[in-house]
Amino acid sequence: MATPTVPASAPPAAPAPATAAAPASASAPAPASPTAPAPAQTPAQSLPGPALPGPFPGGRVVRLHPVILASIVDSYERRNEGAARVIGTLLGTVDKHSVEVTNCFSVPHNESEDEVAVDMEFAKNMYELHKKVSPNELILGWYATGHDITEHSVLIHEYYSREAPNPIHLTVDTSLQNGRMSIKAYVSTLMGVPGRTMGVMFTPLTVKYAYYDTERIGVDLIMKTCFSPNRVIGLSSDLQQVGGASARIQDALSTVLQYAEDVLSGKVSADNTVGRFLMSLVNQVPKIVPDDFETMLNSNINDLLMVTYLANLTQSQIALNEKLVNL
Amino acid sequence: MMASRKEGTGSATPSSSSTSGPAGKGKGKGGSGDSAVKQVQIDGLVVLKIIKHYQEEGQGTEVVQGVLLGLVVEDRLEITNCFPFPQHTEDDADFDEVQYQMEMMRSLRHVNIDHLHVGWYQSTYYGSFVTRALLDSQFSYQHAIEESVVLIYDPIKTAQGSLSLKAYRLTPKLMEVCKEKDFSPEALKKGNITFEHMFEEVPIVIKNSHLINVLMWELEKKSAVADKHELLSLASSNHLGKNLQLLMDRVDEMSQDIVKYNTYMRNTSKQQQQKHQYQQRRQQENMQRQSRGEPPLPEEDLSKLFKPPQPPARMDSLLIAGQINTYCQNIKEFTAQNLGKLFMAQALQEYNN
Repeated sequence: MATPTVPASAPPAAPAPATAAAPASASAPAPASPTAPAPAQTPAQSLPGPALPGPFPGGRVVRLHPVILASIVDSYERRNEGAARVIGTLLGTVDKHSVEVTNCFSVPHNESEDEVAVDMEFAKNMYELHKKVSPNELILGWYATGHDITEHSVLIHEYYSREAPNPIHLTVDTSLQNGRMSIKAYVSTLMGVPGRTMGVMFTPLTVKYAYYDTERIGVDLIMKTCFSPNRVIGLSSDLQQVGGASARIQDALSTVLQYAEDVLSGKVSADNTVGRFLMSLVNQVPKIVPDDFETMLNSNINDLLMVTYLANLTQSQIALNEKLVNL
Repeated sequence: MMASRKEGTGSATPSSSSTSGPAGKGKGKGGSGDSAVKQVQIDGLVVLKIIKHYQEEGQGTEVVQGVLLGLVVEDRLEITNCFPFPQHTEDDADFDEVQYQMEMMRSLRHVNIDHLHVGWYQSTYYGSFVTRALLDSQFSYQHAIEESVVLIYDPIKTAQGSLSLKAYRLTPKLMEVCKEKDFSPEALKKGNITFEHMFEEVPIVIKNSHLINVLMWELEKKSAVADKHELLSLASSNHLGKNLQLLMDRVDEMSQDIVKYNTYMRNTSKQQQQKHQYQQRRQQENMQRQSRGEPPLPEEDLSKLFKPPQPPARMDSLLIAGQINTYCQNIKEFTAQNLGKLFMAQALQEYNN
């Protein structure tokens, strides 16, 4: 019942230079189509022809937000027994220069040697739900955990080309091959002799990380769990935060100092650009007449002290009020 | 409106049955008046999602809200995922909300995400979150699910340099009062509730799995160093000004409330006096009549003659007091930080000269 989709001859496309022309798998006009084993999942339809990819909308840069990666890793950790990888949909926006991926959700799927079945109903439903919250997000493509692109990926990619023009494929290597979690993005292009069977190849894209300011602060905080033994951190209090930030600056300064000393002692050759940066750094501390600075400092401190006093006064007032009312 | 939605889901979803399981100990502890949740443990993913939600959908003074999912482990509440709620734009929001929530949770269950409702989150504008609406919602949540918390995310404070996320629950005393729905002064006095005992803050810790830690290392390698260090910026008078403005507004409201209460007290005591005088006159007349041999006048129902004035609802003033308290706390934290920064700037200048 389940027919293999592709003649599983060629190895999957290496993400290396696009010139290495190993075809990912010949697939597109293959007449046979696999049937889904479970009725709840939409079977793959045979396409009349490959989805013609236009020029990639938005250059060749994909901008990812960290929340996506955290989400992917989390759904990988929660995968079903026996599933080797998880897949899901990527949502986001397209603009002239790049594609920005801002959200994602995982989609249940079954994968075995011969066939693959993806629950597209579920994917559609989830997309509708997500649209209610963020009406600007479009389906941009899909992600998969795992190291390689397999033949099934091609099929899934076709599913997604029906949803989005020229979908992106993102792989997150959770099996940590080479000791790194490599994150790569691809888009599919046609290749082959025109007029004959066309093949599909995944060409890599540049991945950049985009952060909102608050996201950056959140990520910095979350990153601290890497250093704690049981991976738990608490949120720090006010002065601790200032202390932490100044410690960071201190570290940065000592690195810079170390570099300056190395240059002076001749260990490292001097670089003019760095020298200019250092110059502007030292000049950042404004030169103010000490008296003026004294006045500014004092007036600021006075303001802050007054505000603290007033806040304390207000608090004692309402406490008093409480007591009086309850008499 | 919000309260009704959450009641519905609290009974409909299997989460209510699940709380009886692992939280049996929770209920045991709850009986002794102790709070069932001592600590809230949040996954890094949840933090990122909340930040993203506000950033994309919540500009301006609108609050954004969402649902927290997770589970209860002993006296810890673990929050492992969350999903946002759409804004209230349409008028048929009621039906939409419950439906949306059910759909979401059903779908998330398919992908093995914890689908137990354990609380909700809300963003806040400069710390003004102590409102009647929040109280009602949190009450209905805590009523349905013992261990639920509300996470308050302050985006403006976060943008200033450090994540501001706090978890609150209603104290058991306040829960009692809300159950009775009796907010008169006598009931509140009996319950011995002050504004400090309305909400209790639960400490938060953030926990990540190993794989997420690996991801963090990757990100650190690949992304550029942040070039803005907002936390150490000295230009803060704007923020302080806004905070003070909000505080002043609240204090005004509070004083109005106090005036109302005072009028009420005065009216009640005046009425008491009048009642007293009336009674005395009655007695005198009766004595006179008796001396003249006439039948005494019937005792009239005093309460009908002197209707007691309505006592003002005390809940609002409690809420205002609580809000003022929060503002003051925020301001004090802020000024402490700024003082530290000013002293550092002074040290830098001295060294320069």
